[in-house]
Amino acid sequence: MAEERRPKQCTVVLPTESMKAMAESIGVGQLQEESCAALSEEVSYRIKEIAQDALKFMHHGKRCKLTTSDIDYALKLKNVEPLYGFQSQEFIPFRFASGGGRELHFYEEKEVDLSDIINTPLPRVPLDVSLKAPKEQQKTESTEPLKAVKPGQEEEGSTQKGQGATSAEAKGKKDGLMRMKPRSTHELSVEQQLYYKEITEACVGSCEAKRAEALQSIATDPGLYQMLPRFSTFISEGVRVNVVQNNLALLIYLMRMVKALMDNPTLYLEKYLHELIPAVVTCIVSKQLCLRPDVDNHWALRDFAARLMAQSCKTFSTTTNNIQSRITKTFTKVYNNCWLDDKTQWTTRYGCIAGLSELGPDVIKTLILPRLTVEGARIKAVSDGPVVSNIDKIGADHVQNLLLKHCASVIAKACPLPDNVEQYRADYGYLGPMLCSHVVKARAQAALQAQQVNRTTLTITQPRPTLTVSQSGIGGSGGSRTPSIIKVPSSLTLMSTRPGTPTQPSPPATKYIVMATSSGSSSTQQVITRTSSSVTSTVASATSTLQPLVKLESGGSRPLQKYIVVSLPSSSSLESKSGVLPPSSSTSPILLEARIKVDCSDSPGASTQSPH
Amino acid sequence: MAAVQDGQLNLEVEKDIKTEITNDGSGNINANSSSPGSTSSGGKSKSPAGSGEDQQTLLAVLQFLKRNKLTESVDILRREAGLSADADDSPVSESAGAGSGGVPSVGADGGDANSLLSRVSIATPVAPPATAPPKVVAASGGEDQPDVNVVLSAYSQQGDPVLYPLYYNGLKKFIESVLDCHRAELSQVFYPLFVHMYLELVYNNHENEAKQFFEKFSGDQECYYEEDLRILSSMSKKEHMKGNETMLDFRTSKFVLRISRDSYQLLKRHLQERQNNQIWNIIQEHLYIDIFDGMPRSKSQIDAMSGSLAGEGKRDANKAKVFYGLLKEPEIEVPLDDEDEEAENEEGKPKKKKPKKDSMGSKSKKQDPNAPQQTRIPLPELKDSDKLDKIMNMKEATKKIRLGPDNLPSICFYSFLNAYQGLTAVDFTDDSSLIAGGFADSTVRVWSVTPKKLRRVKSAADLSNIDKESDDVLERIMDEKTASESKILYGHSGPVYGISFSPDRNYLLSSSEDGTVRLWSLQTFTCLVGYKGHNYPVWDTQFSPYGYYFISGGHDRVARLWATDHYQPLRMFAGHLADITCTLFHPNSNYVATGSADRTIRLWDVLTGNCVRILTGHKGPIHSLAFSPNGKFMASGATDGRVLLWDVGHGLMVGELKGHTDTIYALKFSRDGEILASGSMDNTVKLWDTLKAFDDVELDDFTAATGHIHLPENSQELLLGTYMTKSTPVIHLHFTRRNLLLAAGAYNP
Repeated sequence: MAEERRPKQCTVVLPTESMKAMAESIGVGQLQEESCAALSEEVSYRIKEIAQDALKFMHHGKRCKLTTSDIDYALKLKNVEPLYGFQSQEFIPFRFASGGGRELHFYEEKEVDLSDIINTPLPRVPLDVSLKAPKEQQKTESTEPLKAVKPGQEEEGSTQKGQGATSAEAKGKKDGLMRMKPRSTHELSVEQQLYYKEITEACVGSCEAKRAEALQSIATDPGLYQMLPRFSTFISEGVRVNVVQNNLALLIYLMRMVKALMDNPTLYLEKYLHELIPAVVTCIVSKQLCLRPDVDNHWALRDFAARLMAQSCKTFSTTTNNIQSRITKTFTKVYNNCWLDDKTQWTTRYGCIAGLSELGPDVIKTLILPRLTVEGARIKAVSDGPVVSNIDKIGADHVQNLLLKHCASVIAKACPLPDNVEQYRADYGYLGPMLCSHVVKARAQAALQAQQVNRTTLTITQPRPTLTVSQSGIGGSGGSRTPSIIKVPSSLTLMSTRPGTPTQPSPPATKYIVMATSSGSSSTQQVITRTSSSVTSTVASATSTLQPLVKLESGGSRPLQKYIVVSLPSSSSLESKSGVLPPSSSTSPILLEARIKVDCSDSPGASTQSPH
Repeated sequence: MAAVQDGQLNLEVEKDIKTEITNDGSGNINANSSSPGSTSSGGKSKSPAGSGEDQQTLLAVLQFLKRNKLTESVDILRREAGLSADADDSPVSESAGAGSGGVPSVGADGGDANSLLSRVSIATPVAPPATAPPKVVAASGGEDQPDVNVVLSAYSQQGDPVLYPLYYNGLKKFIESVLDCHRAELSQVFYPLFVHMYLELVYNNHENEAKQFFEKFSGDQECYYEEDLRILSSMSKKEHMKGNETMLDFRTSKFVLRISRDSYQLLKRHLQERQNNQIWNIIQEHLYIDIFDGMPRSKSQIDAMSGSLAGEGKRDANKAKVFYGLLKEPEIEVPLDDEDEEAENEEGKPKKKKPKKDSMGSKSKKQDPNAPQQTRIPLPELKDSDKLDKIMNMKEATKKIRLGPDNLPSICFYSFLNAYQGLTAVDFTDDSSLIAGGFADSTVRVWSVTPKKLRRVKSAADLSNIDKESDDVLERIMDEKTASESKILYGHSGPVYGISFSPDRNYLLSSSEDGTVRLWSLQTFTCLVGYKGHNYPVWDTQFSPYGYYFISGGHDRVARLWATDHYQPLRMFAGHLADITCTLFHPNSNYVATGSADRTIRLWDVLTGNCVRILTGHKGPIHSLAFSPNGKFMASGATDGRVLLWDVGHGLMVGELKGHTDTIYALKFSRDGEILASGSMDNTVKLWDTLKAFDDVELDDFTAATGHIHLPENSQELLLGTYMTKSTPVIHLHFTRRNLLLAAGAYNP
C-alpha cells in the first residue's frame, strides 16, 4: 500500500458560473441551476478526457510541454472539430476580469487594423532545422590542445574512474553537445560565477591576505575544472595587457595564479597550456616588465616564471607535445640572437638564461657553459667600459650572478676537484675567476650539507604522479601538441635552510613565500610583502639582514597606491652565519650596494631611501 | 477510441446475452487472401438487414446467434439468406485455434468475438493477396470496442451501496491480519476489487457513494496505479462509462493475479465464512486468479511484475516456445582479391584471415538450436547490393571496438538545431551514413552525415539518354544538380511519430498522426506508397532487419504487419488494451515486439500471428524497446524512467535498471551486446553493463517454471556512465558498426 496518502485525486469541476457565462455568450439567457451543475460536470469530464489524450500526443512528440496543437489532435481523435486559429503568443492567453460580483477569465482578442499588419516589416524568417555534430576530424587531428573543451560535460563515470583514456575520449565526444549552438558558451552556475569573480578579484586585488586565501583556494579546491578555461583566459589576457602596461605587480599576481593552478592536484592543465605557456614565457623574456627597470625587481618575476616554466615542462612534456624541447628551442633561439646581437636587452638575456638554467643541469651544461666566455666578455664590456646606462649595468650584474649561480653548481659536479683559477680563466674567460670561487663555495656547501644530518629536504612531488598515457591520433602537422596525457612523476628537490614548507603561505598575512628552490649552494626565497605605503617607489637597505628588498609600484590609476615588495634573498642568515658567503652577495654589485628598506606593512611612510 | 462507439445491437440479442463476452485481448486475426472482407464493425454486421454483406459475414453472424441459443433468429436469418444448414459449420472448425495464443485458459470464451470471423491459417504469409484484400476487422472491432451495454450488464447485480465500504474494509482488515507471507499476495486483490466496486457503484448511479468510496480507499492503492485512478476519479456518472477506454479495458479483460494456492485458500475460506458474496462475485467474474503451487511471493517480487493495466500476464501466456536464435547468415562469396587488397592496404597481412573466419566460420557453420527454421517465414532474396553491404559490414565489424566496463564507447551527439520542439522521431541507417528526422510539421528530413551528398535519380526523360552499357551507369543515373546534404520529404498531414530506414538504405518508412504509414524512396526522394489501415495516429513503425516486412502500431491498439509490396496488412496483432506506443522486430524477423500504453510488452509470432509473450512490470507507457544482438534478451524503457531487461526465451524479467528520471525514448545494445545505452527525456545518456546484468541472474528451474524471480538491486553497479547533454532530450541512439555510439535529439533552448 502506498505509504502516504496521495494528494487528493482531482475532482475539480468547472464552476457553474462559467457555464452561465458560456451559455450567455451563445445566446442562452436563463439557464437553470441544475442544468448548470449537470453541464459543468459533463464538461469537466470531457475536458479531462481530452487533456489525457492530448498528453499522449505530447509524449509522442517527445516534449514536456503541452501545446495547443496537442489538444487539437486530441479533439480530432474524438472526431471533434479542432479549435481553429487558437494560436497564442503567450503561454496563458487568458485575461481576468471581475465586476458585478462575477469573476471571469476570457480570451483576449484584440481588433487588429489590417493596414498595420500590411505596413509592418515582415518578421525574420525562422531558421531552418539543421543538424549539428561534433567534427571528429577536427578532434583527432588538431595539433592544438582542445581549446573548446567546456568542462560542463563532466560525467560521473569518468570522475569515478579517473581519467581513463576512453572516458576522456568520450568526454571529448560529448563536447559536441556544447557546440550545438554556434557561439554558445558554457555557462557557469551562479555560485561558480560568484566564486570566479571573488577569486579573480582577490588574486589581483590589493589585499594580500585575501590573495593568499584565494591562491590557497585555487591550489586546493577540487571543483575548479569548470572554471579552468576562464582562469586560463584570465591569465593569458591579463599578461597580455599588463606586459604592455609594464604592470609588474599584476604580472606577479598572475604568475602566482598559474603556480596555484599547477599546484592543484585535481586540475589538469594540459589542455590550457597553449594559453598559459605564452603568458609565462612572456614574463620570462619580455624586454620590459616594469616601469623603472633600474629599480624594480623584475628579475624575481623572471626567476619565478622560469621556475614555473621548468615545472610545467617536467609535468606536461611528452613525446607528443615536446614542450620541453620546444621551450628550450625558443630560449636558445633568443639567446643565440643575444650573443650575436649586442643590442639585445640584458633583461631578455637574463630571462633566457634563467629559463634555460631552470630546465636542469644538462641544459646548462650543453647550452650555457659553452657560451660563458662570450657572455663574460660582454659583461666585462659593460662593467669595465665607459659609463653606460645604469640599466645596462644592473642587467649585466644580474646576468653575471645568474650565470655564476647556476653554472657553479653544474661545474662543481662535473669538473674534477682541483679548482685552478687560471684554468677557469682559460676556459670561461672573464667569468672564470669568479666562477672558480663559486665552485669552491659550492663544493664547501655540498660538504656542509652532507654533514648536516637534520637538514630539511623537501621533496615536492607532482600532484598526480601516475596518469595513463593516452595517445590520440597524431596529426600530420607535427602533432606536437595533440591532446595526450603523460605524466612524468617529476620531483623537485628543494633544499631549504629553514625547516618548513616553502610553498605554504606563512602565517603572517603580510608575507607570502611564493616559492623556494635551490639548485646549488644558495637557496632563494621570494617573499612578497605588500604594504600600503603611499611613498613612491623606494628602495631601502638594511644591511643587517642582507636582504635586498625591492619595492615595486603597481601601475594603474587606482586611488589607492599599491606597492609590492619582492625580496630576493640570495642567502639566508644561516648561511651567512656559517661564514660561507653567498656567492651572489659577494660578487653582485647590486647586492653590495644593497638597499634594503625597512618596510613593514603597518608603517607606510617609514621607509628610508638610500642613495642609489 | 477505435472502431465504432455506437453499438447497435439488436435489443433482444442484448438482453439475452448473459454469457460474458470476455475479450481477453489475446486473440489474433490473421489475414490472408482467403479471409473474408467485411465491414469494420462487429456490431453493425449483425444486422441482418444489412445489404451487400458477403456470405462469410453471414456465417459469422449465424454462429454468433447459434452460440447464444437464438435458434429462432438463426432460422429466420438462414431463411432470408438462403443458406444451407451446413454451410455455416465449416468455418467453425477452422476457428478453433483463435485466441489460443494468448490465453488458452479462457477456452470457454475462446469462441467469442474473435472467432466471429473464420480464421484460416496460412502457410505463406507473404502470398500476394488475390482479389480480396486481407481484411479482418469485425473481430478486432469487437475486441477493441465491445458493446458497452453488454459489458456493463455484468454490473447489474445490485448490492446495497452503503455496504460497499464495509465489505472492502472487512477484506482489508482480514488481509492485514493474515500472516506476513500471505499478506503481500492477497494485497494484490485490493486494486482490482477497488476499481470494480467503484465502477459498480457508478454504474448503478450511486454517485455520492462512489465518490465517498473512492476518497476513502483510493489512497490505499499502489502509487503506480495513480494514472488510472485519476481517470477513474473523473468518471462519476454512468454516462461517462460509455466509451471510456479505461473502463472498457477493465471490463473486457479479466484482471490477472498470481496467487499461491495457500493464499488463495485463505482468501476463499474467509469470504465464504463471511458470506461475503459481493466481493466473491467480483472475484469470480472480473478477476482471473492464476493459482500456483509453492511459496507465496514476496512483496518485491509482486511489485516487480505488477503495474500493467490488466494485472500480470498469465503464466500460461508465456509458455509458448520462442525461437529467439539468430538466422543463419547467408553464405556470401567474399570477393577475395578485393578483400585482400583492402586488408593489406590498411592493416597488413595478419588481419586478412580473420574476417573470413569470423564471418563465414562462426556464424554460418553451426545452426543455433534456438533459431527458427531458415524458411520459417519467407525472406527476401539477397541482392548483389545487399551482399556488398554485408561484406562491408563484416569488414567494419573486424575493426569494431570491443566494449566493456573498462572500455566505454565514445558518444557522438547529433543535435537538431532550430527544431522548435518539433522533432518527433529519428532514425539512423545501419551503416550510419544517413540520418532521418520526423517533425511535428509533417515533414520528414533526411541528412547525409558522410561527405557523400544526397542525389536524386534523373528524370525519366534524362534517363533515356544515358548509355546503359557503361560501367558507371549507377553514377550516371544520378542527377548531380540535386546534390545536397539534406532532403525534405513532404506528404504527411500530421506529426511524424515513427521513422525507419530499410536495411538496404533504399527506402524510408514514416508513420504519422494522419493515420498513414508512408514508404519513401531514397533514390528519387518521393513517396512511393501510403499504407492506410490505421485510422488513428500511428505511433511507431519499424522495418524488419531483413527488409520487405514492416510493422506499425498506433492508437487503434492493433499492430499491423505489412509487406512493402502489399497495400493491405498481412497480419494484425490485436490484444493490447491501450495504444501501441512502440514496435520492434526481433533480429531474426520471426517475431515482433510491441510496447503499449497498457504497460505491457507483447511478443507476436509473425508466422502464426499469436501472442507468445506478455511481459508485465512497467508502471508506465512503454516508449522504447531493444533486442540484444543475439536475440536472447530484450530491454524496454517506459515513462516511469526504468529500463527492464527480459529473457525472451523464458519470458522472464531479469533485470531492472533504475536511474533515469524521465521517459526513456531510446534504447540500444552495442553491437556485441555488452553495453546497453539508454537515452531519456531527462537529457542524459546512460550506459549499462548488460553482460553483468545477465550474468547476475540465476535462473534455476523453479524460477524459470514459476517466473518468480528475485531481482538483484544492482542498478548502481551496472551503471557505467551518465552523460549529460545541456538541454537536449535524447530521442534516438545507434551503435555504428564499429561500436561508436551515436545519439540524437533536438536542442531545446
